Amino acid sequence: MSGSLSADIDRADRWRRAYWLAPVTVMLGSMLTLLPFVATIPILPPFGLMMLIGWRLLRADLFQPWSPLLLGLFDDLISGQPFGSAMFFWTACYLTVDMIDSRLVWRDLWHNWAIGAGAIGITLVGERIVSTPLVANVDIALLLQIVASIALLPLVFRLCAHLGGRGQKT
Amino acid sequence: MAPPSNRRPGFSRRAQYRRFIGYVIAATGVAVAAVLMLISTLSPGAFSPLRGAARDLTTPLSSGMDTVRGWFGSMTGSIGEHFGAVSENRRLKQQLADSRRLVLQARTLGRENRRLRALLRLRDRNPDTVAVARLVSSSAGSTRRYAVLNAGSRQGVRQGQPVRGPNGLIGRVLETGFNNARILLIIDPESVVPVRRTRDGMPAIIVGRGDGLVEVRAASVANAPFLSGDVFVTSGTGGIYPPNIPVARVVRNASDSSVARVFASPDTADFAMVQQVFMPEAPPAAAGEAIPQAGDGDE
Repeated sequence: MSGSLSADIDRADRWRRAYWLAPVTVMLGSMLTLLPFVATIPILPPFGLMMLIGWRLLRADLFQPWSPLLLGLFDDLISGQPFGSAMFFWTACYLTVDMIDSRLVWRDLWHNWAIGAGAIGITLVGERIVSTPLVANVDIALLLQIVASIALLPLVFRLCAHLGGRGQKT
Repeated sequence: MAPPSNRRPGFSRRAQYRRFIGYVIAATGVAVAAVLMLISTLSPGAFSPLRGAARDLTTPLSSGMDTVRGWFGSMTGSIGEHFGAVSENRRLKQQLADSRRLVLQARTLGRENRRLRALLRLRDRNPDTVAVARLVSSSAGSTRRYAVLNAGSRQGVRQGQPVRGPNGLIGRVLETGFNNARILLIIDPESVVPVRRTRDGMPAIIVGRGDGLVEVRAASVANAPFLSGDVFVTSGTGGIYPPNIPVARVVRNASDSSVARVFASPDTADFAMVQQVFMPEAPPAAAGEAIPQAGDGDE
């Protein structure tokens, strides 16, 4: 009995912990671009956005509809993309995910993966169009970046679940 | 497993209103963000103070991690060097013998060049180094190619100054913060560098491609042939980059335009020198007085 009680407390802790852990991990995801190496092609997946989508698909109560604006602002400050692009695409993706989520009766991993892949693809392609001249030779690298990011999505979902999602609200 | 639906927050009017207002704020924010994005595309420097301040906080973090990377980087490098040491030794000896003749020739030419320049009373601008610092991070997730330099306005770095490494040109300063500067690398799609070929002095421009390589385009001659191995150095045209900094080597035979590889590949460049703008634009009011003063000072 005591074992299950402590497990319950642990679960409740995790549930509450996610309220501050979720924004922090999204910002940490954005901050991966500060790692000390100078890239010659776009290779870093958009971990900030991936964490945001991961948390949203796991739990709908963590963020307000306007939270992606602030998180996107933080990403814009350090990512080197045109100012406002992450604010725009992240919030647009978040609202779209909200809409899709309200239409679906239930979701499993494959639904989540497809939704996340759509968000990543739209954001990366959109930011490429906004930031870089169309004649630039970046499309193959961009495609690889998108594929790699989509392949990493289940790991992000797993991380979010581990950090604070599992279990029922108490 | 179906996640708990959070569509309806119950029958509380207050909660429903709050949720609705949240969506209104989000939609307004999307519109505002679109306007911000438009502004920053049309005038890229618009938000540079804001970003500079953010980088002031994050640059110490990157440079702290950079020391750690230094240990690991040198470790893997020395393991790689251990194998292939014999063949490399042989190759280097051969290269040394080849270049000895060239060095002798270059020394004589250099001496002669100095003598002739003195005869002509040619005044050279010797670009001064403003700061030497490390490139600590980059826009790794973006399709643009920026790097962050660990020196800023406190060290005298100003917007527009050229940045070079020991092997060649790296880029130029785009915006500065207090202790950091954002560098537009020459492999960025929006970078243009006026160059000339070392072989015959043919003028050309080097434009970034965005995939780590650059494109050389002939500036004046139509159908100019580019041969694999042609070396291009800065020409000093345009007044930003000082002349004779190595920029890139052509990798493929082609005419009119060809693909080239830069000498100072930024993923290997750790130290970068910021130099003075080669020919800064004279301030319009003081232009009349500055010219005689420069002449007097030279005597």
